[in-house]
Amino acid sequence: MHNAIELKNIVKRFGKVVANDGINLEINYGEILCLLGENGSGKTTLMNMLSGIYQPDEGEILKKGEQISIRSPRDAYSYGIGMIHQHYHLVDVFTAAQNIILGLEKEKMDIAAVNDKVLEICNKYGFDIDPKKKVYDMSVSQKQTIEIVKQLYRGAEILILDEPTAVLTPQETDKLFKVLRNMKKDGKAIILITHKLAEVMDVSDKVAILRKGKYVGTVNTNETNPQGLTDMMVGHAVSLNIDRPVYENPTDKLVVKDLTVIDSDGIARLDHVTFTAKTGEILGVAGIAGSGQKELLESITGLQHVSEGTIQFINPDGKGIELVGKTPIQISKIGVGMGFVPEDRLGMGLVGSMGMTYNMMLRSWKNGKGIFFKKKEPEEQANKVWKNLEVVTPSIDFPVRKMSGGNIQKVLVGREIASRPPVLLTAYAVRGLDINTSYAIYNLLTREKMNGSAVMYVGEELDVLLELCDRILVLCGGKVSGIVDARNTTKEEIGFMMTTVGGLKGGNS
Amino acid sequence: MNALVLLFAAAGAYGTALMFGTLGEILTEKSGNMNLGVEGIMYMGGIFGLLAPNIYETAVGAGNANHFVAILLAMLSAFAIGGLAGALFSFITVTMRANQNVTGLAMTTFGTGVAKFAGELRRLKVGGYVTLSNDLKFAFDNHFMPQFLKDIPVIGKIFFDQNEFFYMGIILAILMHLFLTKTKTGLYLRAVGESPVTADAAGINITRYKYVATIIGGGISALGGMVYTMTTAGCVWIEASISGTGWLAVALVIFCTWRPLNSIWSSILFGGLMIMYLRIIVPFFPMELYKILPYVVTIVVLVITSMRNIKDKQPPASLGLNYFREDR
Repeated sequence: MHNAIELKNIVKRFGKVVANDGINLEINYGEILCLLGENGSGKTTLMNMLSGIYQPDEGEILKKGEQISIRSPRDAYSYGIGMIHQHYHLVDVFTAAQNIILGLEKEKMDIAAVNDKVLEICNKYGFDIDPKKKVYDMSVSQKQTIEIVKQLYRGAEILILDEPTAVLTPQETDKLFKVLRNMKKDGKAIILITHKLAEVMDVSDKVAILRKGKYVGTVNTNETNPQGLTDMMVGHAVSLNIDRPVYENPTDKLVVKDLTVIDSDGIARLDHVTFTAKTGEILGVAGIAGSGQKELLESITGLQHVSEGTIQFINPDGKGIELVGKTPIQISKIGVGMGFVPEDRLGMGLVGSMGMTYNMMLRSWKNGKGIFFKKKEPEEQANKVWKNLEVVTPSIDFPVRKMSGGNIQKVLVGREIASRPPVLLTAYAVRGLDINTSYAIYNLLTREKMNGSAVMYVGEELDVLLELCDRILVLCGGKVSGIVDARNTTKEEIGFMMTTVGGLKGGNS
Repeated sequence: MNALVLLFAAAGAYGTALMFGTLGEILTEKSGNMNLGVEGIMYMGGIFGLLAPNIYETAVGAGNANHFVAILLAMLSAFAIGGLAGALFSFITVTMRANQNVTGLAMTTFGTGVAKFAGELRRLKVGGYVTLSNDLKFAFDNHFMPQFLKDIPVIGKIFFDQNEFFYMGIILAILMHLFLTKTKTGLYLRAVGESPVTADAAGINITRYKYVATIIGGGISALGGMVYTMTTAGCVWIEASISGTGWLAVALVIFCTWRPLNSIWSSILFGGLMIMYLRIIVPFFPMELYKILPYVVTIVVLVITSMRNIKDKQPPASLGLNYFREDR
């Protein structure tokens, strides 16, 4: 019996960068294959060649043992290959049904019939969408559902999903996996791109691993474990312990009292938040997404209108400076640095067409004198970030836009840390980064802490917060649920505080 | 009241040229191409629309020309030159991936130049004004509706005392509306203009849609120029005549929020605003302020629509952006 799809020795280059170097892959019908790899390991590039977005430079693609050539997305459809991209390909002003029939040659323009057929597919696999709803009114998970239904509608038998769970809540993820299992039972071949090990173990039959554009191997899920997969993925065992030295004689650096932020709808986003950040300490901020993390950081940096409360920045001589009411530039001059990593990495803080050097300069140009800029310092800084964080780029003048997502993020975070402010705020600094780079960033944060900076780390993964931070501030619905010593607490305790104000011990803020 | 009725009746005549210019640009912009060369295209449509019947009439002799053939030749000739300009614009922006704004502005300069050159060349050839016989002039501005309809108070004058192009424009607007909302090709075209990545991933041939829409759009816009020369300007080539109409059409596209049906009433309204200074004279009110009225109205509409931020009334999302599949 032939494989549903077989890739042989695929090579793809983008200019000087080799994105895929000799990849082999096999998948059968009624199977879920996970494609696992760090950021920039070439997973998405590989799958884009299956869906006709890119053409391979070398190698061959076989379907049921016969060589095929996929020259366009239309070709991919005709071979029954459907890809659900990380960024959804949907037209916002169209309804779900209109989006679904886009590009279908034989389909008649009979929206009522399309609506019926969509509902039929939904019932068969357990989806839940309204075909008449416009896309701009939909949640992320609903948009993803349209993408999947779209592929099924046109009879895809090989489905590729690019990091489908990255934007979903745990409940939505469970729902998605249930649907995937239904499709597998129906005889579809499913390829899942991910770097979450728990999900790999949960849903897949086989795992194929890529590392830095090269093919490492394929293993059966029931014959491996997370540790084995990690080893294959990173090439060498990653130390699970984050180094956490103790800083002697911490002093108060940032004193926040009764900070309250009311939004335009009159809802309190932050409700009398009180805490102190100390020098030589990483203060973690935990909480379910949208609990007020964003408002907290924005208040401190002066981007948010504060309704009530004070934020004192304590100078080394013990005198306090009030930050509330100051402009972001003034606050940044006082020494509060912000390393915020948004979902859209290029949208905030970096200029895509510039290289690393000029992007470093965007932070420091104000320090220069005269009308000409000096390139030497930012150049050194760029080189440092390039080396320390192992940014994969041909040179520091290579346009940032053309790097992979993870590498762009390294440049962004590296630059913020390099400016070495007395108060360093970071949010989601390792979002989407691979393990090695995450560690490099943890170490940089710890180094800043040992140099006497007050570091605040807003994070998503509790395990990291527990190992990296000295204390953890837990937010719940805009209120401080508690501040705990990270060395003497458990994941369960924090998890409980995230959902219940005060947690087990009652409010001790 | 009577002055107002006369104003709007005249506005219909002037507005017809605008309506064609606007409809063409709506079609072009729906594909995501922003062709700022409408001014140049309408200029070329203006002269080429006149040249064809002019040459035809010279060939068969004045008085022997068939009305229908003359009108058909004018339309075909204008449409062809506009389509050619649209093809050139598509080649430069879609195939060569040059900046659309720059290309459009160049197209305006180029088209204006070509039109003036062609007009001057013909003028030297015929030795005098490039124009048609009175017989044909009548054919181009034929208010053919029966008298009893024209006699209806108010609406009769505005809606039935108009030439054939006025009704062609309205029919075209309705057809374009049906095309964009009810047909599959129309849906695909909108998808190309809204999100070329999506359309491409869905297997829609972006290049073909952009080319075809821009070529047909250019042709329709050029018809506007022809209508202007053959009706408002009285079938005489005057170099400065069309000046500004193309830009007004670009503004009208925004005013219509990219909907063909809106172009019917709004081009009459803009036609009225354009000629108001001739009809309603307010003492001591400078004519220049009168003339900028259409543009002021456009800006106000633009501000209001973006403030209300209704998703369905925004420009095509990828308007003015070139698409390249392997761009990262």
